[in-house]
This record gives sequence, C-alpha cells and structure tokens, in this order.
Amino acid sequence: MSTPRSWEGASAAPSHASPGKLHDCAGAARARTRQVRRATWYAVAVGSAIVAAAFSDVAAQLPTYGVGRTPTAAEIGAWDLTIPFDGVGLPPGSGTAALGGPIYVGRCASCHGERGQNGKYDRLVGGHGTLTTDRPVLTIGSFWPYAPTLFSYLRRAQPIDEPGSLTADQAYALTAYLLFLNGIIGEHDVMDARTLPLVNMPNREGFVPDPRPDVRQP
Amino acid sequence: MSSTPESTRRRFLKGGIAIGAAFVATAPSPARTQSAPDDPSKLLGGPARPYGERSRFEQAERVKQGVPKTDEVAVGNATPLHETVGIITPSALHYEVHRSGVPDIDPAKHRLLIQGMVDRPVLLTVEEIRALPSTSRILFLECQGNTQFEWRAPTGRGVAETHGLTSCTEWTGVPLSLLLREAGVQRGAAWILAEGADGSGNERSLPLAKAMDDALIAYGQNGEAIRPENGYPLRLIVPGWSGNINVKWLRRLKVVDRAYLTRMDVTGQPILLPDGTARRLNFVFEAKSVITSPSGGQRLRRPGFHEIRGLAWSGRGLIRRVEISTDGGKAWRDATLQSPVLPFAHTRFRLDWRWQGGEAILQSRCTDETGYVQPTLAELARVRGLNSRFFNNAIQSWKVAGDGSVSNVHA
Repeated sequence: MSTPRSWEGASAAPSHASPGKLHDCAGAARARTRQVRRATWYAVAVGSAIVAAAFSDVAAQLPTYGVGRTPTAAEIGAWDLTIPFDGVGLPPGSGTAALGGPIYVGRCASCHGERGQNGKYDRLVGGHGTLTTDRPVLTIGSFWPYAPTLFSYLRRAQPIDEPGSLTADQAYALTAYLLFLNGIIGEHDVMDARTLPLVNMPNREGFVPDPRPDVRQP
Repeated sequence: MSSTPESTRRRFLKGGIAIGAAFVATAPSPARTQSAPDDPSKLLGGPARPYGERSRFEQAERVKQGVPKTDEVAVGNATPLHETVGIITPSALHYEVHRSGVPDIDPAKHRLLIQGMVDRPVLLTVEEIRALPSTSRILFLECQGNTQFEWRAPTGRGVAETHGLTSCTEWTGVPLSLLLREAGVQRGAAWILAEGADGSGNERSLPLAKAMDDALIAYGQNGEAIRPENGYPLRLIVPGWSGNINVKWLRRLKVVDRAYLTRMDVTGQPILLPDGTARRLNFVFEAKSVITSPSGGQRLRRPGFHEIRGLAWSGRGLIRRVEISTDGGKAWRDATLQSPVLPFAHTRFRLDWRWQGGEAILQSRCTDETGYVQPTLAELARVRGLNSRFFNNAIQSWKVAGDGSVSNVHA
C-alpha cells in the first residue's frame, strides 16, 4: 500500500485513556456530591446527586463526560459495511457475471448504458490505454485498483435511487458482471469473499503518493 | 399579491394589535418589481420577523459550476464570490456538492457511532455532542474539484464558475481529539474511516494524526445549526483539507489501522499524471487566491478608481502576502490584507487601482506561512500535465478590455 510517509508512523499515536477512568468518573461524581452537600441548599444538593449518579451510570461510554452508550452488535453491524481494499471483512455470499447481467439490466443500465459505456452517468467500462492521452477515461477497468472496493461501494450506494438495497449475493453478482464487462474475469467465475480480493485489477499499480509541494519555488 | 405601501401598513397595524411585538406570521416580501417608497422615513416600516431574510432587492445566488458531465451524478453549486464581501460566507450561499441529494435528517433520530480500534465503542446523540466542551473556528472549505475545468482553456465565465467551490464559515463543535481520547484509541490505530448518513457512500479515510490535531465534529455554522446541504446535523471538519473528507451528515467514525482506499478515496481526488499514474490520498490545499472584483462577466463603467478585491487561502495555515499585477505578471504590487488574517481561513485582500481605460490583465499571487508561492498554470502543468483535474491552485487571470468588460483568459 502506498500511503504518504508523512501520515504513517508513531507521531499519530494519541493518548490512551486508561480503563480506570470509568471509576475515576464515579469518584469525581462522589466528590461533586460531597462538595454540593456542604452547601446550605440541601434540596439542590439532592437533585445534583441524582444527576451525578445518572452521569456515572455504567451505560455511559465517555468516561469524563458521562454521555453516550455502548452500541449493540446489531447497531454496529447495520452500519459497519465498508470493505477495505484488501477485502478483509467481505461477507458470505457469492455471484457470477451470468447472474449479475439481469440485475444490471434491471437496475443499472438506465443510467450507465446497456454495457456500461454509453449511459447518462459514470462510464463503468473500457478506457484501457487512455490514461496517458488527452482524453483519459477513468472506469472500473481502466482506473480502479481494487475489486473489493467495487463490492463495498455497490452494496452501500447503488443503485442511486435505492442505495443499500442490494443483498450480498446481488452485490457479488453485479461486481462480477462489471469485472466481466471490463474483460477482467470470465462470465462464470465465482466472486466471493475468497476470490474477489485475488482479482488482478489492471491499474492496481497505477497509484503513487502525494509529493506536494511539487512545484519548484521561485 | 398587489399590496401597496398603504395596505402593507394596514396589515402590519392589524398584526401589531393582535399581540404587541409578537412575531407576525411572516408575510411574503413584496415582489422585487414593486417600487419601494422614495422616502422610507415618511412611512411606517414592515413587521419584525421570527427568522430574517435578506432585502428583496438582493439577488445573489449560488451558481452551477462546470459543464454537464457524463461521469458524475454530482451537484456543484458555487458561492458567488463576486457578490460576497468580508471573509464569512453566508450559510445560504455556502457552496454545496453532493452525489445523492440532500438527506432529510431528524436530529432526534441521528446518531454518531465511534467504533473499530477503540476501548469503548460509543453511540452518541446529537444532543449529547452539543453538550460536550465546544470550540469554534473560522475555516475555509473547498471542493478539490474547484477550478478543475480551467486546465486546458479558460472555461468559466466568472469567478463563481472558476473558483466558487470554496466558502468560509465559523464552525462550532467538539474537537474530534476529545471524542477519540474518551473512546480510547488503541495501539496500532493509524487511520479513521468517516461515513455520512446519506446514500452516496462518501466514505473517506483520514489519517489519525490529522484527526487528533485539529479536526472538529461540527454542529454549528455561522451561529446556527449547520444547513442541511452542508451536513446537518453533524459534519466532520478537517481544516485545510479536501472538501469531501469533511464528511457531511456524519454518522460513523471507525478507527482502523490502514487507509481503506474506498471508492471516494481512490476516485474522489486523484491527481492524474502524464505517465498515467495517479497520486492518491491527496489532502491538503496549497495556497490559492483569486481576484473577485473586477472579475469575469463584470464591467468597469469608467476609467479611474477601482478597488481590486479578492480572497486568498492556504491549507497549510496563514496567508502572509498577496501581490497583484495589472499587466499580466510583469510588475507586482503588495495588496493590503484585511484583518482578521486567520489560519485555514479565507483572507480578504484589496488594492487601490486607477484604470487608465486600456487593456489590463489582472492577477493575484499569494504566499503562505510556509513560504509557498502560488504557481502559474504553466508551472503546475509542467509537473502534473493537463489531466490532473483536482487541486488546481494556479494564478487566475482576468482581462479588462478597452470597453471595461472583464473576461476569463489564460495569460
């Protein structure tokens, strides 16, 4: 992976809040309560104690501020769908271009053209050999470096009028179909969590880190 | 509505009787075509309004930037920089770019999830975030595609079309570092994946170092809630960095050990080079400036005094200097920087100019606190070619013709 060196490295390491802070919070709450009790407004003190108790509730997840709660596994799972470039976390399921073709025709072709080339919106297919010309055509085949990214994006954001509606099987099948249209895999190659990261995208090595400032200064 | 000043006055009086100074249900403003009184001091004025609106004589609007393209379902609505003054962009004129429309979000239902490599994954309500220690900063935002159609030939008519995908706002929110410390970032974490609640899948990878340095989770824009098109109710704000990493409608931050290289990480801001390779994970905006007046589409009505005005900004901090040329870059004069000059914010500059009536080529060139000097288009193109599209920060030229008309040129 080519990441700019300046954004790698240990200088990124933040301070590590200790697990003990949860208890510190409860202690602080008790201290606050004691302090207020010394005040003459006893009724107010009782009220504050109740608030302090609520803030140190075990459900709170930000120790210093006593807010937030622990998400359930289902809540995390519903949103945690992004698949990194290396395909770690790809879900169960599978699909082939043969299965993806009919899905494409029904849900994608009206915007992207019959075979991903002459639609109203993003061109998805072709463009090989154009990146060095005056009219570069950036498509999945000519530009995208990693196949799992395609699965991740399709499942999350397409089709544009029904984002998030594709099942894992449908997303695998559509991914396979678009790779097939780009001449990258065969029509009956099965795409799944094991095979998709192994697809050799033509422009995989086509990226370099950002070296800016890159213009010689006066 | 055919209201005369007289009927307006009657309506106001009726409303006024109802409940003293209570806000009258907002009557629509009289049409702009209707004339205002010659002497407003001789009439009772209009009612107070619960939520203000600008004068009916003011018409500044966002301008669509770019030519219709077939490779993006994107809306790019630019700030009319030639019509704004000072350094704060009114929220209603802040540029907007989105790829799946503006989502309709009830803040009571919205949540921010912080997950991944943290000791304490957390789900926060908007109300809880608003209650945390707050901070405000005046910062520019810019779309990395701003000025992308100017590489090969001058295409935008005016400064909104060429440079309007940048705006400057007082953002209010919570330091992201505070939330990350509280969640307890684990050893080995190096990046954050940020995601919005809209349908576009604008998922961006942000280095943890920048997240800990100065990023914000904002809920306020110029003193009120963020506008829907700018990310209501929560937006990630990353000072000086590429527009779409300032994720709107923010709902999830996942702390991870590597850049995910999502679709928008890869295709959202690549700088395509002549050899066909592309630089990716480009983040920072280098110093850039533009003259907003006189600018393309405007017309100088007479020779003599004109104030040259413009904006400069840098993703690396402060603007130190702005120079102006009126002869296509042969001679340069220092412009005055209007205070406040703030890091990562628009800086307003101005210079008195006496137009002699002949042809002139106006240019501005800024220098930031690192000493970086804004380059010419030729200097950029020498290194990046003409296909690089994003992060075009070249010096802009406006030609004033003998008749005073101003147009976009390459000079």
